[in-house]
Amino acid sequence: MTLAITIGVLIAGAVYLILQRGMVRVVLGFVLLSHGVNLLLLSAGGAFRREQPLLGVVSPESAADPLPQALALTAIVIAFSITIYMLTLAATGKDDDTGGSP
Amino acid sequence: MNTALLPLLIAVPLLGAALLIVVDRPRWLGRAVLLGPNIGALAAGVFLTWLTRGGRVHAHNLGLWRDGVAIPFVADTFSALMVTTTALLLLVCSLFAVATGETTRRLFPPLVLVLSAGVYGALLTGDLFNLFVFVEVMLLPAYGLLAIAGTVRGLLGGRVYVTVNLLTSTIFLAGVALVYGVAGTVQVGELAGAARQSPLVAVGMGVVLLALSIKTAVVPMHGWLARAYTAPSPAVTALLSGLHTKVAIYAIYRLYAVVFDGDASLLWMGLVAFTVTMLIGVLGAVGENDTRSILVFHMISQIGYILLGVALFTEAGLMAGIFYLVHHMVVKASLFLSTGAVEYTYGTGELDRLGELARREPLVALAFLVAALSLAGMPPFSGFVAKLTLVAAAFEAGQWLVAAVAVAVSLITLMSMLKIWGGAFWSRPPEPEPEPVSGTGASTTLTTGSPVRTRVPTAVLLPAVVLAGVTLCVGLGAEVLLALSAQAAAHLLDTSAYVEAVTGR
Repeated sequence: MTLAITIGVLIAGAVYLILQRGMVRVVLGFVLLSHGVNLLLLSAGGAFRREQPLLGVVSPESAADPLPQALALTAIVIAFSITIYMLTLAATGKDDDTGGSP
Repeated sequence: MNTALLPLLIAVPLLGAALLIVVDRPRWLGRAVLLGPNIGALAAGVFLTWLTRGGRVHAHNLGLWRDGVAIPFVADTFSALMVTTTALLLLVCSLFAVATGETTRRLFPPLVLVLSAGVYGALLTGDLFNLFVFVEVMLLPAYGLLAIAGTVRGLLGGRVYVTVNLLTSTIFLAGVALVYGVAGTVQVGELAGAARQSPLVAVGMGVVLLALSIKTAVVPMHGWLARAYTAPSPAVTALLSGLHTKVAIYAIYRLYAVVFDGDASLLWMGLVAFTVTMLIGVLGAVGENDTRSILVFHMISQIGYILLGVALFTEAGLMAGIFYLVHHMVVKASLFLSTGAVEYTYGTGELDRLGELARREPLVALAFLVAALSLAGMPPFSGFVAKLTLVAAAFEAGQWLVAAVAVAVSLITLMSMLKIWGGAFWSRPPEPEPEPVSGTGASTTLTTGSPVRTRVPTAVLLPAVVLAGVTLCVGLGAEVLLALSAQAAAHLLDTSAYVEAVTGR
């Protein structure tokens, strides 16, 4: 439930920011959005019914699913690189206003 | 065949790109490494098509991991056909870029190589998450290519492109997460038919398909395409238009066939959306007055045609759709390249400022005319066969309205092709007017930043002529491609061979 609420709040903030005109705000919106989706990936692994993956403490059946974590890691790297590219785009040109026709 | 060779299609271009980033002298090395892997990929594509023509599916588990854990690479007739066509486009567009001198830009060749690796990967992978990764591998260099010309207009177009595609990729990823949460796997083979059995998987896959349809620019999510594709240089536009949206179309075909198992109860949505796409795209083109904008809107309209095949989901429909896809990739690139050659030479694509090109540039005019008539669906070019089979399939499926719209839209397509023909090739040349005083208003000129030349150099017009020749050959010898498309369609209708090869069961 905590995860679901967090994802909801993150995505709501992301949608609000992406709909703004300033490029920096749009970029911040995308940062929130990718956080939200990464949490979604983690929760897809069944975080609510699994425990920490420690050998000898937790049985392998109930240990955390490693695959969504690997997926989230890949997604983080991709989102990070594009965020930097978008920040560069925001810094080029006269201002970061995306309104009006190019 | 040793299937362990399949990943080479991705590895070789990536290695080439890495090499070119480190070593950029002498200049011929860049060209050789740019063209080499794509020639190899073209040969590999033809070979794969020949291998899979009888209906065999080749799959390889990367790293020899066990089935179910491994990331599979799969080649059947459909993906082999797509690999061949994309390799041809990459090769021809690279030649165009070499001729127009764009390859002299420091990072142009490595970016195109990474792009091609991403495209081949996306076409061959059998895993949803891997599809996401390869689509990103394909998009990241595209962002660089859009910005590489260094004009403000290119950068602003780049903004729209990056924003839309990042948003789409994120939605795609969310869809993948939902599918994993419900089905416990993201391997396409393991998911076979899952969306038909469980509505929860269908919702997750619906999110994935929604993301893919934004990437293909299906109406009403088409606005970004017209903005983004009119900004970069002609070679880049031809490359991106030929590859990006088409990879997404391929994925829609594949995923709907395998994961939804061609669920007939959802097809009406596709029929409505794609028919509207055909109509809106072509009407958008009527209002434009610039060769490239017109072509981009036509692309949207043609995407509607191609996707109709999957919305009909009959054997004839799928076959026509796949044939249409291959035909469209070739013809559209040819059009972008011939108008690109004009733009490169005369510094503009605006119809008001061009004229009498038919006399000055007979070969460019011929290449454009062939491709334009093919796009509109005139015999004896490939477009005629594509449209005929598609409309016949729509009639066969009892979709009279859809078939009528398809025929009407091709008439409007012909009309706006004639508009370019009349405006740029047959009209009188405009009076040499003084330079426009204000930079506002009608100044949507798409300069390539190169000085204005007097005639189109042969090397620049050759790529367009080659592709125009391909559409004529495909039109005259349609039987070969039709047979291959039928084979590909058979695998989409009955996915058991594909699933068996991917899952190893």
